[in-house]
Amino acid sequence: MSASRPPASDARTTGWPIPLTPWAPCRRAGFRRVGELPAEALDLVSRLGGQWSPRPDRRTRVRVSAPGEWVPPFYASYRKAANDLMTTESLGAARKVGLKVDGVTHELTVDPRRTLLDLLREQIDVYSAKKGCDHGQCGACTVLVDGRRVLACLMLALACDGAEVTTAAGLAGDDGELHAVQRAFLAHDAFQCGYCTPGQICSAAGMLREFGEGAPSHVTSPVADRPQWTDREIAERMSGNLCRCGAYAGIVAAVREAGDPR
Amino acid sequence: MKPFTFGKPATAAEAVRAVADEPDAVFLAGGTNLVDHLKLGVAQPAHVIDVTGLTSADVRDDDGGGLVIGAGVRNSDLAADRRVRERFPALAEALLSGASPQLRNMATVGGNPLQRTRCVYFQDVTTPCNKRSPGSGCSARGGYTRHHAILGASDECVATHPSDMAVALLVLDARVHVLGASGARVVPFAELHRLPGEHPERDTVLEHGELITEITLPATPWSHRSAYRKVRDRASYAFALVSVAAALSLSDGRIDDVRIALGGVAHKPWRALRAEEALRGASPGEDVFRAAADAELADARPLDGLDGGNAFKIPLATRTLVAVLRELTAEERAR
Repeated sequence: MSASRPPASDARTTGWPIPLTPWAPCRRAGFRRVGELPAEALDLVSRLGGQWSPRPDRRTRVRVSAPGEWVPPFYASYRKAANDLMTTESLGAARKVGLKVDGVTHELTVDPRRTLLDLLREQIDVYSAKKGCDHGQCGACTVLVDGRRVLACLMLALACDGAEVTTAAGLAGDDGELHAVQRAFLAHDAFQCGYCTPGQICSAAGMLREFGEGAPSHVTSPVADRPQWTDREIAERMSGNLCRCGAYAGIVAAVREAGDPR
Repeated sequence: MKPFTFGKPATAAEAVRAVADEPDAVFLAGGTNLVDHLKLGVAQPAHVIDVTGLTSADVRDDDGGGLVIGAGVRNSDLAADRRVRERFPALAEALLSGASPQLRNMATVGGNPLQRTRCVYFQDVTTPCNKRSPGSGCSARGGYTRHHAILGASDECVATHPSDMAVALLVLDARVHVLGASGARVVPFAELHRLPGEHPERDTVLEHGELITEITLPATPWSHRSAYRKVRDRASYAFALVSVAAALSLSDGRIDDVRIALGGVAHKPWRALRAEEALRGASPGEDVFRAAADAELADARPLDGLDGGNAFKIPLATRTLVAVLRELTAEERAR
């Protein structure tokens, strides 16, 4: 997954990225001459203090200087800057939203188009929720909102005013002790590349609560009966989270252990 | 994504006024379909009006043994409601067969029947589609038609309605309570959705700015003996190729009354009136069930397609309907 490529929607609204030309190796690597950057990008640089950072950690500051000088690919930081601009200036339509994420309270000004997932990742640097499909089909962005598992990619951030959001990064206790689901995922090696894992873990945590409340699933038969803790129930209840590495056997084992009612 | 403003009115009436007054305004509830459409460019509203919290999120009993379901009730909560599971099992089964647990936690009872088709051409703004862009043509005809209609389609549109819940609501004689700029009205669920005809851009009979506030389920002699079965390309988290909701009452070993609806086969949840007619008063049996299914599907018009077309839906719908009727009339079901 390329964290440094801006989503298509940003490309449309900001004119970025500049299309790659196939003949220049440094261009293929994403390098640009400063003079070729969109005017609004340069405008942004000056507004942000004349500096860009090349990486999400923003510790390494890079100075943008004379036009013609080659600059490294700034997609991630440009996207961040563009998002900040979008946030504060978009058509005067931006609105305040207050929400709590992993125990920390945030008051933010948000573009109405921003999803909860983009708010987490682009605005407050919470990277635990992952952007997989961005269309509600993969479950990688699963977080808990007010204790219920939901897809952050299909929630508008402004619709989350007052919400309490928990990502996989916030599931551990105050003392740092991992959540039972997290411990079980480690014990059962329930992942390979790990990209879907934070979503899987949040989904499992939400699912355990649903099961504990006696909620039925598609495989609960008859539907009025109390569901049994079986692998079939676990698989059905976790079906909203895809794993392209195919770590399902480990995931089912981990969830089975974490949620064992005995 | 096209820019839009976001509004959060204090009451349902204000929300209705906000949308009714603006041709480019839309309601936002669970957002599971709309937010995706905003990203895809399928929906390009200028104003998004959030109605979360403005309609009831409770399920309550009415005086006659039925249920009043607030439009703000989440799909997962409705499916888990004990009264629904025991007295209206087809509805719980339909809800649980739709989407994923996360999506069911977001989706609402008011929004679910109003979701748009999952026709791939409707969702791809680079292709012509009469539903998305009236008059531009239909890309599905001659394209991939595995998920498209076999009943009630028009030259303009062969899309299917994707909701599972709506198929169940149809056999439970549900009623839709709507608030509009000119007041409230009640729409029988069977009259909510339209066939495409020459105006596939209109999915329902609701006017712009009308908001679903409640859905009511009456107590009927058949609702507790009801079931929903869905056939899809994988065991979970997929839209129906064919689905069947059925409900019936028996007396003296005969089918007293019956409701049947098919999903995945038409532009709307398809009430199988001919099959019902064939079954009413009949003694349950394999031949009777098959004859009823055949009567309903006699007018089916399958589509050719790059993927082999969708003629398979006729035997699939037949077998699914027979299986559901067999299940509902089995002795052990009566408890």
